[in-house]
Amino acid sequence: MLPNPYAEALKKNGKALFVPFAVLGDPNKKQSIHIIQTLIENGADALELGLPFSDPPADGPVIQAADVRALQSGIKIDDCFDILEEVRSRTDIPIGLLVYYNLVLQRGIEKFYEDCSRVGVNSVLIADLPLEHATEAVRIAKEYKIAPVFLVSEVTTEERLKRIADIAEGYLYVVSYLGVTGVTDAVMEDKIRVTIQHARKYTTLPLIVGFGINTSEQIKAIVRAGADGVIVASRIAREIPENLKAIPALCAELASAIPHIAEYESTVK
Amino acid sequence: MKTLGQFGPSTSSGQAFGGCYVSELLIPVLSEVEAAFLRYKDDPVFQKELHDLLRDFAGRPTPITELSTLSKEFGCRIVLKREDLLHGGAHKTNNVIGQALLAKRMGKKELIAETGAGQHGVATAMAGALFNLPVKIFMGAKDMKRQHPNVQRMKLFGAEVISVDSGSQSLKDAINDALRYWTAHSKDTYYVFGTVAGPHPFPSLVAYFQRVIGDEARAQCLERYGKLPHTVCACVGGGSNAIGVFKAFIDDAEVQLVGVEPAGEGIETGKHGAALGMGRPGSLHGSYSYCLQDEDGQIQEAHSISAGLDYPGVGPEHSFLKDIHRARYVSITDQEAVAAFLLLTKKEGIIPALEASHAIAAAQKIAPSLQKEDILLVNLSGRGDKDIDHVLHYLQNHAA
Repeated sequence: MLPNPYAEALKKNGKALFVPFAVLGDPNKKQSIHIIQTLIENGADALELGLPFSDPPADGPVIQAADVRALQSGIKIDDCFDILEEVRSRTDIPIGLLVYYNLVLQRGIEKFYEDCSRVGVNSVLIADLPLEHATEAVRIAKEYKIAPVFLVSEVTTEERLKRIADIAEGYLYVVSYLGVTGVTDAVMEDKIRVTIQHARKYTTLPLIVGFGINTSEQIKAIVRAGADGVIVASRIAREIPENLKAIPALCAELASAIPHIAEYESTVK
Repeated sequence: MKTLGQFGPSTSSGQAFGGCYVSELLIPVLSEVEAAFLRYKDDPVFQKELHDLLRDFAGRPTPITELSTLSKEFGCRIVLKREDLLHGGAHKTNNVIGQALLAKRMGKKELIAETGAGQHGVATAMAGALFNLPVKIFMGAKDMKRQHPNVQRMKLFGAEVISVDSGSQSLKDAINDALRYWTAHSKDTYYVFGTVAGPHPFPSLVAYFQRVIGDEARAQCLERYGKLPHTVCACVGGGSNAIGVFKAFIDDAEVQLVGVEPAGEGIETGKHGAALGMGRPGSLHGSYSYCLQDEDGQIQEAHSISAGLDYPGVGPEHSFLKDIHRARYVSITDQEAVAAFLLLTKKEGIIPALEASHAIAAAQKIAPSLQKEDILLVNLSGRGDKDIDHVLHYLQNHAA
């Protein structure tokens, strides 16, 4: 096992991690660095950053629009690594990358992880690389001391959870819930609790929940359900590019929604 | 997953074509589809039901037609496999009936599909009406405009047509949105994938349901001519009609297989859809195969007058057939395809789909290298009624 910056952050923080997401290069190289700086200054305990991809089926329409903005500004993957290097020079918090496999393949798997290591990335989640195909990428990631992160959800079978727990490092990305739009926070909390308890049986890694999390109430519910962290993506990307000024207050508000352990431990049994 | 549906490895990258490069969230439902496919593909009751539907509902077997005028003009026997006469007007019906039956067996309550030209959407909407299943069709906003009659047909069958406004608003984006929807609704929904691309098991599953084209054509050639074709030619977008007709001939080493990609406005303009000709292997929509991409791996838009060929990727089995030199892949421009469309219409009384017009145009180029008695089998994958407005418009804008 590598030293785990997510577990260390969790320990140091004493409460669940607030992990905002941004697409690298959205809406352009210069503003992207500024936006990420804003996230750091307004309560980010870790960062989840995406390489823009032309065809991101694992993301929703808001993140796809962010990808399109970044690519239309002329961003190349080399620029994204420049941004990462700049961000790393400004903060020590864990930095995770969310990528699609073709970007890794075309750069060369070895070169990709070498670059991640060079710029100080801590973890990489390849959204369209399931266990079946992940052996080589995981091996190379670990050589470069990059934590391979995997997704789990309510539909992940026990057998797959075990295999994922065996090779994953850093944290597990727990998908909040699938396809139930407009459910109440209480229903969502119950669903996530089941998934988290299921995953917890097989891993000691931090369990960080993402997908469709937009409000302070949802964040509170997810932490009550047992999450070690919350990833907020679309809610922030929606303010780019027209409403950049709203991001600091929004980010600070969402970050402050994470309850202190004492506040929710009493409510969970 | 029992297998990964891999072909290869690729001679250039050493990595196998195909595979299942999707989010972990889709693995359970893809495993479920694979299990159902493995269970029913050799099940006699399923087979009989499929066979009866293909015969009584869809009109199989489709005939082969030897062209009287064009055979003389081209200099060899030009024989068409008439998938244009299949119910629905294109080969897509073969695949859709097979997958809809599978969806029924799996207890799924809803069908979804992506569509480019609209042919696969129409076929899926038709199957939804036949099997009494609600249908959602994802279609690029740009394609909805240029294939308006097919949008109307889908709606008439009772399907909901969802306009996809993201990205290039064409087939690749419709696939992205359908995959998103499926990820969120996999419990009750079956995704009727339209071509031999996408994640495993779709390339194998769609090829399985389409190989009836080649199986019939091979038997029909042997029966009528007492010999196999010299060359088999078919257009390639995702590549399902081509795989469907190629499959039966792959082991006949003497039969040449030619796939025809869209050269759009010309390969040199960059506005084309020749993934095999001009792309390189990468991972798109769940499989590793040739695709059009920049050096970072961003997928590029394809261009073709034919919405059905307007796809920057291609089925992984074609990538494999290319790499082992079992099939060769050529390309035909918009202009050549329109000329072939008019030629077949005026000289033979058959209006071909613009997709299949690419194969006719390629046949015209290949024919001089054949002997007079040689058979050049062209898969006429669909009829061209849907394209008439589009062709007339093109001719107006490109009047010499």
